[in-house]
Amino acid sequence: MKITKAEVGHVARLARLELTEEEQETFTGQMDAILAYVEKLNGLDTAGIIPTAHAVPMENAFREDEVVPSIGVDNALANAPDRVEGFFRVPKVIE
Amino acid sequence: MNDLSLIGEDEMELYELTICELHDKLKKREVSSVEATRSLLARIEAVEPRVGAYITVTAEEALKSAAEADKLIAEGKSDILTGIPVALKDIFLTKGIRTTCASRILANFIPPYDATAWLKLKERGAVLVGKLNQDEFAMGSSCETSAFGKTRNPWNLECIPGGSSGGSAAAIAARQATATLGTDTGGSIRQPASHCGCVGLKPTYGRVSRYGVIAYASSLDQVGPMTRDVADCAVMLGAVAGFDPKDSTSVNLPVPDYTQALVRDLKGVKIGLPKEYFIPGLDPDVKHALDQAIETYRGLGAEFREITLPHTDYAVATYYLVATAEASSNLARYDGVRFGHRAKEAKGLVEMFSRSRDEGFGPEVKRRIMLGTYALSSGYYDAYYLKAQKVRTLIMHDFIRAFEEVDLILTPVAPTPAFRLGEKTNDPLQMYLSDIFTIPVNLAGTCGISVPAGFSREGLPIGLQLVGRPFGEEAILRAAYAFEQATEWHKRKAAL
Repeated sequence: MKITKAEVGHVARLARLELTEEEQETFTGQMDAILAYVEKLNGLDTAGIIPTAHAVPMENAFREDEVVPSIGVDNALANAPDRVEGFFRVPKVIE
Repeated sequence: MNDLSLIGEDEMELYELTICELHDKLKKREVSSVEATRSLLARIEAVEPRVGAYITVTAEEALKSAAEADKLIAEGKSDILTGIPVALKDIFLTKGIRTTCASRILANFIPPYDATAWLKLKERGAVLVGKLNQDEFAMGSSCETSAFGKTRNPWNLECIPGGSSGGSAAAIAARQATATLGTDTGGSIRQPASHCGCVGLKPTYGRVSRYGVIAYASSLDQVGPMTRDVADCAVMLGAVAGFDPKDSTSVNLPVPDYTQALVRDLKGVKIGLPKEYFIPGLDPDVKHALDQAIETYRGLGAEFREITLPHTDYAVATYYLVATAEASSNLARYDGVRFGHRAKEAKGLVEMFSRSRDEGFGPEVKRRIMLGTYALSSGYYDAYYLKAQKVRTLIMHDFIRAFEEVDLILTPVAPTPAFRLGEKTNDPLQMYLSDIFTIPVNLAGTCGISVPAGFSREGLPIGLQLVGRPFGEEAILRAAYAFEQATEWHKRKAAL
């Protein structure tokens, strides 16, 4: 086994996903098969190979720090599930 | 022109016209954009119950924009896209028009701004007829992970249209849009284009702005056109390509007039056939179509040589680590705070995050977030994510070396024609392996196009893939055009 159900539960907590028992069970089997498959990468010697994050060589994209119009508070809040005045409202954070 | 051909043209419904054909009629004032748009909307109404290509049809807005386009045309301000009815994969933000990414988590999301690619079409007078179905968050190869129902392949309603841009391809095949845009992270434009018998181009990474395109895997995602033929593809690519200050990964290179690349002559063009792609497991009908295509290309003056892309066999494994890692990070934004679904009556913040995400995401999206989170987690980062990034370098070098020998690479798009609905939904790994010939192009960051190249004995379309050097879109369009003009495959219509 590449991954256990307990580990799947741990990863779900890291990913902020509340999985049901059944989902955890299914994902354990499926992730195990996928991780066994990706194991084939270990057959390649990659010593000294530079990792690729982007296919096109990129440098920092600098620009002038200029004030430009933005979408505004009302537009930014238009899709909020819950709002109060100019803010997003969420459940109590600090007990 | 004799009388017979005139009759033939008159019988052609407006929804059947390509961009170039419709533009010609609009410019000559033979038809109006309102008439063309009405024709398409009626077509959508007629076939949509069977095809299911759309998530949202924007009939009212479309007729309004079509009327505006007609005004522009009357004033002589007509551009090739003015008044052309187009549709977008539901991954492109459209100001004021619901954009779901085929997910429950965005079921009621109304974007406050437009994606740059769409804005560029809109500013040239294109008419939006609707938003197209796809796999949820573009994660899938069959359009079956959508939270808004299945899309069926217009050539055989029991088959998948391909994915993730399945709606974008099916709408072209079913004549429900003149042209569409899709996105391609591991084959999501080219594979459905192949399965539905249309043209689909994935541009070089950085060629088209992703601003306002809902992110899946940011080092791989690209926007591209899906069209009836290669000329339309060149028009659409030219319209959406170019640097965008709002996407720092877009590349500041001039955009050529891609339609100038459309010539029939391929004399002296060297095409590579990677031996790793012509494997015994290849479907015999796909192999037959490719063999025929190679003969056609020889007749056009192209020269072939066998090449090797030695790390091909590692591409799917690399992709499913890189893409899922990036997805797990990108999809962290869906937390129920600022937009999207929020679970009711959560007791605390973390419970609200976790339950909102559990209720909002479908199984494939959860699976990929889980895999990506695992690959990035403490203790596994080096073994999985970093290792995959190193193998990605080897895969890129395969292509760099190949392009020292040849101008283009010709391959199958998918190992089989479209499979049956439900055939692979219970086996994610088998589903992932169906992208084996398209994924390496995304990892290498270069461009590829799928062009109709034949049909299976069952009557399902088969595409061929041409891969070019980075920013070599003109070369693949030219070779695609020459092939298309020498064959009749793109002229066949799905019986619906």
